[in-house]
Amino acid sequence: MALKIVKGSIDRMFDKNLQDLVRGIRNHKEDEAKYISTCIDEIKQELKQDNIAVKANAVCKLTYLQMLGYDVSWAAFNIVEVMSSSKFTYKRIGYLAASQCFHESTDVIMLTTNQIRKDLSSPNQYDTGVALTGLSCFVTPDLARDLANDIMTLMSHTKPYIRKKAVLIMYKVFLKYPESLRPAFPRLKEKLEDPDPGVQSAAVNVICELARRNPKNYLSLAPLFFKLMTSSTNNWVLIKIIKLFGALTPLEPRLGKKLIEPLTNLIHRIMSADRSVYIPFLVARVRTKGESMSVLKYVKAMFVFVVKYLGLLAMSKILKTHPKSVQSHKDLILQCLDDKDESIRLRALDLLYGMVSKKNLMEIVKKLMLHVDKAEGTTYRDELLTKIIDICSQSNYQYITNFEWYISILVELTRLEGTRHGHLIASQMLDVAIRVKAIRVFAVAQMATLLDNAHLLTGNVQRKGICEVLYAAAWICGEFSEHLDNPTQTLEAMLRPKVATLPGHIQAVYVQNAAKLFATVLKSQEGNTDSTAAQETSQLMIDRLPLFVQSANLEVQERASCILQLVKYIQKLQQKDVEIAEEVIALFAGELNPVAPKAQKKVPVPEGLDLDAWINEPPSESESEDEQPRAIFAKEEPKHSRPRHTEVDEKELAKRREARKQEQANNPFYIKSSPSSQKVYQEAPGVEHIPVVQIDLSVPLKVPGLPMSDQYVKLEEERRQKDRADKKKKEKKKRKEKRSGRGKRHDSGPESEEDITPAHMVDIVTEEMPEVPSRISNTISPSTLWVFDDKKSSKHKKKKQKKEKEEKEKKKKKKHHHHHHHSDGGGEESVQNGTVEEEEPLPVSRDGPDQVNDIQGNLQDGSQVVVSVIFENKCDSFLKSMEFNVLDSLNSKLQRPEGSGPHDGLTVPFQLPPGQSNVCLFVIHYLLFVVVFPQNEDSSTHEKLDFKLHFTCTSYLISTPCYSDAFAKLLESGDLKCSSVKLEGVVMPFHHLLARICFRHHFSVVERIDSCASMYSRSIQDHHVCLLVKTSGQTVSIDAKCDEPTLLGNVLDEIKQTFSQC
Amino acid sequence: MQFMLLFSRQGKLRLQKWYVPLSDKEKKKITRELVQTVLARKPKMCSFLEWRDLKVVYKRYASLYFCCAIEDQDNELITLEIIHRYVELLDKYFGSVCELDIIFNFEKAYFILDEFLLGGEAQETSKKNVLKAIEQADLLQETKEQKVKLSILH
Repeated sequence: MALKIVKGSIDRMFDKNLQDLVRGIRNHKEDEAKYISTCIDEIKQELKQDNIAVKANAVCKLTYLQMLGYDVSWAAFNIVEVMSSSKFTYKRIGYLAASQCFHESTDVIMLTTNQIRKDLSSPNQYDTGVALTGLSCFVTPDLARDLANDIMTLMSHTKPYIRKKAVLIMYKVFLKYPESLRPAFPRLKEKLEDPDPGVQSAAVNVICELARRNPKNYLSLAPLFFKLMTSSTNNWVLIKIIKLFGALTPLEPRLGKKLIEPLTNLIHRIMSADRSVYIPFLVARVRTKGESMSVLKYVKAMFVFVVKYLGLLAMSKILKTHPKSVQSHKDLILQCLDDKDESIRLRALDLLYGMVSKKNLMEIVKKLMLHVDKAEGTTYRDELLTKIIDICSQSNYQYITNFEWYISILVELTRLEGTRHGHLIASQMLDVAIRVKAIRVFAVAQMATLLDNAHLLTGNVQRKGICEVLYAAAWICGEFSEHLDNPTQTLEAMLRPKVATLPGHIQAVYVQNAAKLFATVLKSQEGNTDSTAAQETSQLMIDRLPLFVQSANLEVQERASCILQLVKYIQKLQQKDVEIAEEVIALFAGELNPVAPKAQKKVPVPEGLDLDAWINEPPSESESEDEQPRAIFAKEEPKHSRPRHTEVDEKELAKRREARKQEQANNPFYIKSSPSSQKVYQEAPGVEHIPVVQIDLSVPLKVPGLPMSDQYVKLEEERRQKDRADKKKKEKKKRKEKRSGRGKRHDSGPESEEDITPAHMVDIVTEEMPEVPSRISNTISPSTLWVFDDKKSSKHKKKKQKKEKEEKEKKKKKKHHHHHHHSDGGGEESVQNGTVEEEEPLPVSRDGPDQVNDIQGNLQDGSQVVVSVIFENKCDSFLKSMEFNVLDSLNSKLQRPEGSGPHDGLTVPFQLPPGQSNVCLFVIHYLLFVVVFPQNEDSSTHEKLDFKLHFTCTSYLISTPCYSDAFAKLLESGDLKCSSVKLEGVVMPFHHLLARICFRHHFSVVERIDSCASMYSRSIQDHHVCLLVKTSGQTVSIDAKCDEPTLLGNVLDEIKQTFSQC
Repeated sequence: MQFMLLFSRQGKLRLQKWYVPLSDKEKKKITRELVQTVLARKPKMCSFLEWRDLKVVYKRYASLYFCCAIEDQDNELITLEIIHRYVELLDKYFGSVCELDIIFNFEKAYFILDEFLLGGEAQETSKKNVLKAIEQADLLQETKEQKVKLSILH
């Protein structure tokens, strides 16, 4: 035994210890890496030995190497070995190495759990202490979870040394394993009143840090801390407590008042006794190895700077609450701008931002401009530049009294070397020039100079930032060209070949604005008697523009070629001595008005529309699916009525619909594969869920009700007028968006298209289909709609009788019957209209043309139906022109070309020789009345042929393919009503029967199994209609499901009628 | 406190203590960046600087820079005080501490730091207590080593 130890000791004598290693490294300054690699090899050898002392020595050296930046992760296991040594000397080194080298992803940490637990419960307090210290550096969530209880026990250890360590480490444990907070908190609170000041301060530390993350939970501790604050003399603890109160006071305002007194006392005490002398005093005591005097000097200076920085910090805090008191220190702060230290300069800049007023703005900016010139380092200069612009433009240029001054500041800023903020300057120039009308003359003059001297800005390609300014300059010169002194010169400057080196988007602006300038120049020159000047200008354009036509940038190319052609055309006209300037000017006439980014807010919300209210009831989570979807089709009784379903009130329905929609909307994979139906019937995948998404998107667009749309326009008008009036007086609006789409600009007077805010989009939509109250508005204001419906239906009822009489005399050639279903989703409405025949049946001349029509919903637009009318000439004469007209009603109107009156007919785009037929498509908004006036011009007789179109429910159905699994899902969704019908004596084969339903009623087959088929269709208003058709012998039973009961009934009636005819 | 670094005027790292778990790569990157930034500052500049989203408090004692990174809400002055207190502790322990003391006894420097700070928070504000703990722990070590020596003799 002794021999072994002796042997180990002798070995050790030959090993390098840490001191040797450090010395070695210092002696091998030239080949440090080489030396260290040999050392690492030695260490590897040492780690292989059994002797723990050798290992510990190796690990100690490794820790040093780790600090120097060498990877020692390979030795992680050896570190654990040393950690688990029973001797404190080695254990200490092991833990130190672990705390330096381990991090959360070190996998051997898992092995340490039990070792640490053993050390924590060691009778030796230093073992425990060293374990706790180590743990604080490499604690992982796993370790925290496993050891939380052990550490919690240590919080009540008899030794304060352990207690305070345990308390502090609990903070780390809470961070890694938050669940431990709740059980540990009472004990932690106890520690606030621990007799040992160290433990107490540790507890304050932990609670303070916790409270910073979530102050609310610690409000109840406020009285305890208050007591501590007044009683404690430990400054460290006091600072922490004050910090804690800082987090608590925002939550409990009363606390602030209470704190004033003790805090003032504290400050007095510290000021008189400690702080002012404390730091320099202590610093002076630091031994400084012979250079104490100089060190002391700079430490003193540093102290002054420390205070300066903190003073600025404090001022910026005070500025928020008491701006006046800080403003008096303006000179001091301006002095700080001269400081060598960047942190102080930046702080001072921040302060200046809040300090400016109308009076001192110019002075401050002047001072800043001086600094810009002096400043070294682009980052600081850029910071200065942005600050200048920020300061000037804050609160909508509130402090700027003279905009000429501001423009010249901006122009001066463009001369900055290498700034990256050209874009910022450009946007400021544009903003000011557009919004401050009075400044334009000055601005244009400045910009013209800039353009003239563009080579100064573009001279260096590196300075890509600043050439952005030319964008603004070109635009301003072009747009406000009437203010230019010498437009020809500026035009010349804009068309210099050098421009081609600028970035594409700037060139594009150049080209466009050259055209504007050209227009102005033309205007001025045309007044003269000498026309050569004008022609010379055109020639200049024609000479220079090809340069841009060859540009690599598409935008430039496009604009240039377009304008080049235009100029060529103008030149042609000029040669004919045509006065063209007016017309060219008209291209760019009109004022561009900025729109405030918040303009939308000024549009009042229409009465009765609460944007925050739920349109439908929010879906409840507890909604239970009590319905067995498959069971519905399983029932055979034809007349079976389902009271349960019909009883479901509208509200409930809406709720379910909403819930389903939400679910579908949230689920991009709405179609889920169900185990029952793997068959893919449809080829085009995913087609069918597009409409589902569309429903949700289109709905909000229709929200504002019809009567509001005019009001909107008026209000918008008023607002804009007001804005303009405002602007004349003073600039108030902040304009952010640069206009786009200049091409669209017409000669529309002061009101340009650019003014139209997105709000109008909504209006347009409502105007387009005013008759159609949307699904949503139905639910919002049912009362108004009820009235609307009632009127209509009573009218229809009256007509009905008349019509039916007439119908008997009428010669009808229609292949099938249609019933109108006004399928806009308003259930009530359809009740009334569903079966009414609206059409005017009028006698048709026997030899006259004949129409067979097919009506189909328009797939693109849910509010339209497309009617295909077949005109067949049955008479002998040639039909030269025909006109097709519809008497517009409340519910329907013919889609006419723009500009035609409400009663104009549509000319049928073909002529009809005798015996021929042709098809014409008409788009009709919810059409009810259709009348055709074919004019027989040959015999110079005008014949009017009235006819009627039947609009049936199913003509509003759109045959939509549907996947079987989506179909199953739909049935399961539970918001479909069901109904069924039984047909007797149908003799046709089953597939004929299906084909007939498909053709006549626009259904599509989802799935067919033997003598049973499921079919699907949807209405143009996106009501789903599902059918299950079964046949047995001559009996056909049809079960149908639909989310709109009236539609359902009518569809079934129609199908029944179809089959009763055969 | 997030971490503490000690480095020489030549930029050589003398001590590092991390209270946030970071990978070695990140540690190295931060160290390199921070050492450069701090060394570039002139003597008359402020001891606090804003760096990334942290505040760095540093102080130079002779040829050594003591540098701490704290969070935004932390108090800079108290951090400065912590640095100073640590220097005092080193001074007391080594008796007129110099850079070489820290280089050659770097593990001791760590032990002192660990007694003073734990998990980035000041653990013991009393210098006396810290030094007592260190001395006792050292004593423990000494006695053990003594025993080994004794066993050699016997």
